[in-house]
Amino acid sequence: MAFDDPLDRPRAAGGRAPDVFRRGGWVPMREYRDSEPVDFVIVGTGAGAGTLACRLAEQGFSVVALDAGAYFRPLEDFASDESEQTKLYWTDDRIVDGDNPLQMGSNNSGKAVGGSTVHFAMVSLRFRPEWFKSRTLLGYGADWPIDWREMWHYYAEVEDALKISGPVTYPWGTKRPRYPYRAHPLNAAARVLAKGCEAMGISWTETPLATLSAPRGLAHPCVYRGFCVTGCSTNAKQSVLVTWLPRALASGAEVRDLAMVGRIDTGSDGLATGVHYHRAGQWRFQRARNVVVAGYAIETPRLLLNSANDQFPDGIANSSGLVGKNLMVQSNQAVWGTMEDEVRSYKGPPSLAITEHWNYDDDKDFFGGYAYMSQGPLPQLWANTQLGAHGLWGEQLMTAMKDYNHVAGLKIVGETMPQERNCVTLADEVDQYGLRIPRITFSLCDNDKKLIDHSLSFMGQALSAAGARNIWAQEDDTCHLNGTARMGDDPRRSVVDADCRSWDIPNLWICDGSVFPTVGGVNPSLTIQAIACRTADRIHQMARRGELERLPAARPRRVLTPSA
Amino acid sequence: MRDPTRHKPADRYPGYDVLSKRNGPSWNDKTRRVVDQRLSIDDEPRFFAADEFALVQAVAALIAPQPAHRPMIPVAGLVDAKLHRGESDGFRAPNMPRERDAWTRGLAAIEAEARRAHGRGFCELTKSEQIDLLEKMQNGELHDAAWGEMPPQAFWKHRLSHDIVMAYYAHPTAWSEIGWGGPASPRGYVRLDFNDRDSWEAAEAGSSDGDNVRRINRGIR
Repeated sequence: MAFDDPLDRPRAAGGRAPDVFRRGGWVPMREYRDSEPVDFVIVGTGAGAGTLACRLAEQGFSVVALDAGAYFRPLEDFASDESEQTKLYWTDDRIVDGDNPLQMGSNNSGKAVGGSTVHFAMVSLRFRPEWFKSRTLLGYGADWPIDWREMWHYYAEVEDALKISGPVTYPWGTKRPRYPYRAHPLNAAARVLAKGCEAMGISWTETPLATLSAPRGLAHPCVYRGFCVTGCSTNAKQSVLVTWLPRALASGAEVRDLAMVGRIDTGSDGLATGVHYHRAGQWRFQRARNVVVAGYAIETPRLLLNSANDQFPDGIANSSGLVGKNLMVQSNQAVWGTMEDEVRSYKGPPSLAITEHWNYDDDKDFFGGYAYMSQGPLPQLWANTQLGAHGLWGEQLMTAMKDYNHVAGLKIVGETMPQERNCVTLADEVDQYGLRIPRITFSLCDNDKKLIDHSLSFMGQALSAAGARNIWAQEDDTCHLNGTARMGDDPRRSVVDADCRSWDIPNLWICDGSVFPTVGGVNPSLTIQAIACRTADRIHQMARRGELERLPAARPRRVLTPSA
Repeated sequence: MRDPTRHKPADRYPGYDVLSKRNGPSWNDKTRRVVDQRLSIDDEPRFFAADEFALVQAVAALIAPQPAHRPMIPVAGLVDAKLHRGESDGFRAPNMPRERDAWTRGLAAIEAEARRAHGRGFCELTKSEQIDLLEKMQNGELHDAAWGEMPPQAFWKHRLSHDIVMAYYAHPTAWSEIGWGGPASPRGYVRLDFNDRDSWEAAEAGSSDGDNVRRINRGIR
């Protein structure tokens, strides 16, 4: 085959990994033997895993990161095509049930080196400080065991690592530093949001985005092609694939693509000994002194539950019984309308303008908050929205689709409450690896529904005030996945501690959106990366004090200064 | 304010063909390969049996009726190709079979419902009888044993209508029809504001481009 297919054969092998910045290019990669216990084997390479792999490798630890997905070079592998780019989504078989069964795949699950950040919408927001103590300060959910001021430090680190483009001053909440790169210009869809906010008397701003507004190294600024959620083919998007992972490789980490982890083993001492993974047609076992699980809020609990053994019959790290529980999505409802003007919202990142007004205003009859943003759906997504959420088909659908270039929409990222009944369990059926597939159960609670009603009513007024006509509400969508292995300060009521370390198995760590006790009303990727940076620093400190199992106190060997 | 949906001609982007940009700076090599491959798919089944395929064609003509002024999109062929490749959405309700089995069972059930209600196959029904049957499916008013555990409305929502509409809007002819810019790497766009059209974007009939619309659209590269 003249053209090597990254979905067919592992690319990261033979001492080299793909150079994501050059067509057909390679960078050197250190490799470890399966039999050689590495300091950290990490399951996943997404926002949590890739960030942690980078920071641990830079501290001098030996790191192997395994991902079930392919190792793409965006410049040569990504088409400007919605159908083709479904190759970025996790589309392995999953069962969904509950009162509000979740749609998986495109909107919330990535299967690629770099994880879901390869197709995320790049919206990079900080939590509201009070959310880290939402139980104590706001009366709902659960407190995080981390102080917001510490998180503010790590948010700044991640914003700089990704050269986030954003406004000079942010309208809401505690003072934050200026964003590293300037904000992107507004497209017409964003101007609709701005007009609506101004008519309603609330603030709006340019959305802080992880896509370049100025050159950076070998990456060019964003060209506003608008295919962000199907993968950026010009490398403007600051995904984990093109930010943390090149740094990780340069510091000696190994990345294994097309490597599906099926099981974690524990020894007679109750500590984790390594992971079984499937790659290139066979099952292998990587030995490790520490295991980090970072497969996002479905695959993480699935792996912990699938790793049940005689010593841990209910799944590992599960003495609290909370592995898989408290699954939280974010509500993702929208209002849509048509403008007399041409909008052509397909140009530019889909969410160039945002208001977080209802995240910071507590004069509401429900708990939690929401942000809403401008939208830019591509044709397949838009047609599917008109069909699935608006119920149009036949001539009605074809007529409505002709107004594509006049459509404007506002969509929320809304907080849902943690509920133990929303959970990931194992179904009896198995996947292509012979592993039991996840069953994902989700139901909205009354508070979630009140929040959604509030948002649809408010956004409908805002969209109308901006001049849109034929306004209708999309009532069924969700995005993001969090919870299922929450952190806390009580081993009976949480799965990991503030350092993402399992209460039960001290050399097992969970570092992704699973650890969120609450989800807030903002996209989670920045917070996941900030948590990973904090975890890396905590591991560094504990290693120096000799507090890590199986790691001699002499580690780490060296500390590199991250390059810009 | 003028209602933007009123007084618009059937062909909103006359003369626009997104494929005229194929060899320009808006299409990278990977996009050319992917779209070329899709355009080579014809209305011949590889997954469906011949009678199943005819049924998919009949249903597709109702769910995504095609305009007379543009070439026909082989919707059934595109649905068939996706099933032949074995692609999945990645989630399903507990009582829904996986993609291929759902389609096979659903088509058999549609045929059984047509014969039960009218004594004829779906393709032999009048258009209004066909639409009536699809509406009953959407509303969960069909109960033939051929459905098995699969709820008719779930088949409608997650397979039949979904897969047909996604196939239709995967095709460049549909992109041209709605005036979408299409593939855009690496050139992207420059003009982002209201009524702000890059010279490589489709001009709309009735816009300020006036009588030049067809000429503009034919010149797009």
